[in-house]
Amino acid sequence: MTAAPEETARRQLAGLARWRPAEIAFWVLVLAAYFLFPQRAALIAEVAVIALFALSLDLVLGYAGILTLGHAAFFGWGAYAAGIAAARGWEDPVLGLLLGGGTAGVLGLLGAPLVLRGGDLTRLMVTLGLATVLHELANRFTGLTGGADGLQGMNVGPLLGKFEFDLEGHVGAAYALAVLFLAFLLLRRIALSPFGWSLRAIRANPLRAAALGIPVRRRLVAAYTIGAALAGVAGALLAQVTQFVSLDVLSFQRSADGLLVLLIGGVGWLYGGLVGAVVFKLMQDLLSSLTPQYWQFWIGALLVALVLLGRDRPRAWIAGLRRPAERAAP
Amino acid sequence: MTPALETIGLTHHFGAFCATDSVSLSLPPGARHALIGPNGAGKTTLVNLLTGVLRPGAGRILLAGEEVTGLAQDRRVRRGLSRTFQINQLFPEMTPLQSVSLAVSRRLGRDGAWWRRLGHGGAVAEEAAEILGRFGLSDAMGRRVGDLPYGRQRLLEVALAIAARPRVLLLDEPAAGVPEAEREDILAAVAALPREVAVLLIEHDMDLVFRFAERITVLVAGAMLMEGTPAEVAADPRVRAVYLGEGGHD
Ligand SMILES: Nc1ncnc2c1ncn2[C@@H]1O[C@H](COP(=O)(O)OP(=O)(O)OP(=O)(O)O)[C@@H](O)[C@H]1O
Ligand SMILES: [Mg+2]
Repeated sequence: MTAAPEETARRQLAGLARWRPAEIAFWVLVLAAYFLFPQRAALIAEVAVIALFALSLDLVLGYAGILTLGHAAFFGWGAYAAGIAAARGWEDPVLGLLLGGGTAGVLGLLGAPLVLRGGDLTRLMVTLGLATVLHELANRFTGLTGGADGLQGMNVGPLLGKFEFDLEGHVGAAYALAVLFLAFLLLRRIALSPFGWSLRAIRANPLRAAALGIPVRRRLVAAYTIGAALAGVAGALLAQVTQFVSLDVLSFQRSADGLLVLLIGGVGWLYGGLVGAVVFKLMQDLLSSLTPQYWQFWIGALLVALVLLGRDRPRAWIAGLRRPAERAAP
Repeated sequence: MTPALETIGLTHHFGAFCATDSVSLSLPPGARHALIGPNGAGKTTLVNLLTGVLRPGAGRILLAGEEVTGLAQDRRVRRGLSRTFQINQLFPEMTPLQSVSLAVSRRLGRDGAWWRRLGHGGAVAEEAAEILGRFGLSDAMGRRVGDLPYGRQRLLEVALAIAARPRVLLLDEPAAGVPEAEREDILAAVAALPREVAVLLIEHDMDLVFRFAERITVLVAGAMLMEGTPAEVAADPRVRAVYLGEGGHD
């Protein structure tokens, strides 16, 4: 005896949004890591920042299918916005975060028409170009950004007016993880919503998506804007927990790291960015302590190996986080 | 009565090549109209012009009496114009249920919502299930579209177009490439389309065309050779010469 098709359909769609045990386990582990390794708080905060940056990139690249080599533009913008605000007496960290994210979002919205104009190759060039221009501007306007010396004199006030950022970075790590988790919840909602599905549809087949009546361009602009805003939040977060901003927040390396994280974890599913960030950062940490001079060589070697192996491989290892039958979510 | 779909002097060039040559078509509401013509006659190009994939060099397109010539694709769909593709255009990584649910959400104007999950409330799931059932895809609703046999993918093509609840439906060779055994399913699905929908069917299989159509337009080298009832078309010597000559149809 089989269930009525309506019932099956309802159950299948509802099942997409259900939290899997593996997902819950993942976040429990994250929480456990925070309490088990208090001496590694700075590293944990850094992983959270990279993970958030990767999530924002995944929305743009993995879900909406917009190729970009310049996502660091928004990360760096958010970092400088929050950093400069904190250096000029705007001390509340949450406000700084909103400022960084909000203005980066506006930047994304303004940049979207330029980026979405052409095909994939054009997009690569335009995103790369915009990020390079911003990097150069930050380098030039030393009065505002501190230029190559970095931004000095940030003063980040207590979190929620209560928790002072401590030297060991415990508050910073908790703050970064909390922001990451909230952003993840938001992105999870987006990924499971009709909007998120319309992005997947556009990436898979823009011709058919348009034939269904989906306004392709508007959706892409929205995705790019949200991705830019979240990258800005990630940058602002880094500025606040490290109390410092240097030019490398806008560097090509920063954009490339984001892509590498997604390559490790897999694009088009949110845990890809999270798992990728953990693996990437731990590996960087390990390699740089083993071979301080050559760790980048090993990261490069890993990159080549991943591509040759096929990037589905690592994704398959951690397939438990995925929904078995309905592979595309969240 | 205002035609559901009308074109006036529609013309399109690819470079110097004239693919659509001053085509003037008119489909009343609920029409069962076939568009036939040899390979390369410009049938698919005409569909692309009607749906906004291509912009015509000259001429006008009216949907229910309103000009849509310059409108974007998605806006035309929202005004009740839907199509299928000669070559499958699906979402291979999704399931049929996910694909049709997205299409239904779109029709309900919910495809921009980001705070509720796809299928929230159950109405979308129910309608999607009903549509999939109509095309015999109920048992395949949870499978990966890319893994479905070709014939079932063809059915999903039509199901997706129907999910938009069009007033005008353009079917570009829906049975193309479908093995004989599964052809009947497609034919039955086409025959069972809601009566109030105006259908323009492009098809090479003359049996199907003559079974389905109330009127037929013959397109040759981008231009309309003639238009008439199936009997008139079958009897026309010019049509026999360019098109039916290969075997004929009585
Ligand atoms: N994008 C394009 N650029 C240049 N020429 C094109 C393009 N698309 C179609 N054509 C040409 O226009 C003519 C009409 O093509 P179209 O696909 O509309 O024919 P059709 O009637 O659908 O043929 P078939 O029965 O084979 O599907 C063909 O000669 C084709 O080569
Ligand atoms: Mg064709």
